[in-house]
Amino acid sequence: MNRAALVFAGILVVLLPLSLLAGRVWLDPFTDPRASLILMELRLPRALLAIVIGAGLGAAGAAMQGYLRNPLADPGLFGIAPMAALGAVAILWLGASASQWTLPVMALGGAALGMALLAIIAGRTGGIALFTLAGLMIASLAGALTALAITLAPSAFAMSEIVMWLNGALTDRSWRDVYLAAPLVLAGIALLGFAARSLDALTLGEAAARSMGVRADLLLALLVGGVGLTVGASVTVAGIIGFVGLIVPHLVRPLTDRLPSSLILPSALAGACLVLAADSVVRILPLVTELRLGIALSLLGAPFFLWLLLKMRRGRL
Amino acid sequence: MILCADNISLSRGARLVLEQVSVRLEPGKITAICGPNGAGKSSLLMALAGLLETKAGCVLLAENELSGLHPQIRAQRVGYLPQEAEIAWDVAVENLVRLGRMPYRDRGDHAVEAAIAALDLEGLRHRPASQLSGGEKARALLARVLAGEPQWILADEPLAALDLAHQHTLLRHLRKAANAGAGVVIVMHDLGTAMNHADRVIVLSEGEFAGHVAADGAPEEALSAHNIKRVWGVDAQWIGEPGARALVTY
Repeated sequence: MNRAALVFAGILVVLLPLSLLAGRVWLDPFTDPRASLILMELRLPRALLAIVIGAGLGAAGAAMQGYLRNPLADPGLFGIAPMAALGAVAILWLGASASQWTLPVMALGGAALGMALLAIIAGRTGGIALFTLAGLMIASLAGALTALAITLAPSAFAMSEIVMWLNGALTDRSWRDVYLAAPLVLAGIALLGFAARSLDALTLGEAAARSMGVRADLLLALLVGGVGLTVGASVTVAGIIGFVGLIVPHLVRPLTDRLPSSLILPSALAGACLVLAADSVVRILPLVTELRLGIALSLLGAPFFLWLLLKMRRGRL
Repeated sequence: MILCADNISLSRGARLVLEQVSVRLEPGKITAICGPNGAGKSSLLMALAGLLETKAGCVLLAENELSGLHPQIRAQRVGYLPQEAEIAWDVAVENLVRLGRMPYRDRGDHAVEAAIAALDLEGLRHRPASQLSGGEKARALLARVLAGEPQWILADEPLAALDLAHQHTLLRHLRKAANAGAGVVIVMHDLGTAMNHADRVIVLSEGEFAGHVAADGAPEEALSAHNIKRVWGVDAQWIGEPGARALVTY
């Protein structure tokens, strides 16, 4: 475990109890008789889900930036998140979300379809340019179909449900969501871990990486699988939560030797910290209704992205 | 361990780059690949490194098809330095050189230190890539290849970004590697360097349809004034003594 991982693991250890106590109503675990019920049934699953989702998105962001050799890359570029969202939106549109498994299954199905499309289009050679364009195309198509679903929503209620869900949140999530997302995200992070050394070699370009024994097709498969599982699982249980994968590797990179392999685990931990902290903040903000987590992170992420662009223009990235 | 291209044809997209090229390279020697732009020098080098699929024919390493070797084993035996000095992240020189140990999946401290010393990178080992000059970057990237201790070193224009002193240092170390038994194949444009430092020169020429071998042999023969006129279309003359030749064009 490198220095960055230790730092963010330490921050997470401090943040977790704070997050469990924080909320519109601050919990006093020693005097409040309902404290254990609220903790075990509401706040603990929600906090663990924030950790799981943040870890997945952070690791996926680090791997994506390493693969595309671009510090502005984000897992959203893959098109997997919009495809997962499209799967969920289709169910909300049909009003069939009454069954508790229908929406997650459809969202995961959408993510799997996005992964399959990427693998088919990018092909055996695993060219990075083709892969990026394929991801953008899939994201555009899924985005257009989602917009169409909203426009043609059968009722105002369905439209509102779709829009709210797309904005991403961890409100009212239960242990079921944790059990669903955690194994998938862990499996995804493990796949990205297997890809880590190959991503290091890619630092020197595709030809040099292949000359060092990197198999482009295997690397592509690990990336698609890893990002698909982490991002797909996150969208399935929380809707679209953007910018985590973009921001987190930048927080981590200065604490490492800057090779992609050194970033994946610390980015997972930093992503967990970021989503957990953001989710705690949206809970305690004195607003009439709770600010959606996806919106909060976008409000944070968009200026950060702009700052990165300006930094890049000055040649400091 | 002989590296051999057996009647290979290569294409890039729809374009046939090389047609029916055969070369048999022996270890312990420096072989220069020269030729005009577009003759297929880099493509031949990539094919010899097992990085470009052949359209016809095959590349053999010690009588075994290179494409049949496990990528990791191939990488242990053949080191390749691409033309582009690309370093995506601001990695320190030492970590960059250590990437050369990837095919072995070990730290290889001894080999890494030897490569750093060979390329005179001791004072730069902690410097981030973004703070390196073009020449320093080229040396660090070559050190990465040397750190893998390959039996074959294939380098695409490694001298292009180097000043005279570092060109000299690098050629000295490539000679040392060749004397130690490694095969060295370098794509180069500077015919004077090829004439004075290579043991053998392969001249590629852009034919009517695709590149082919126009001359192959000792530098004095392969780079004769006649061949230079035939391949580059330039009138030229060598002056000086063997080993210290200079090319005069007119």
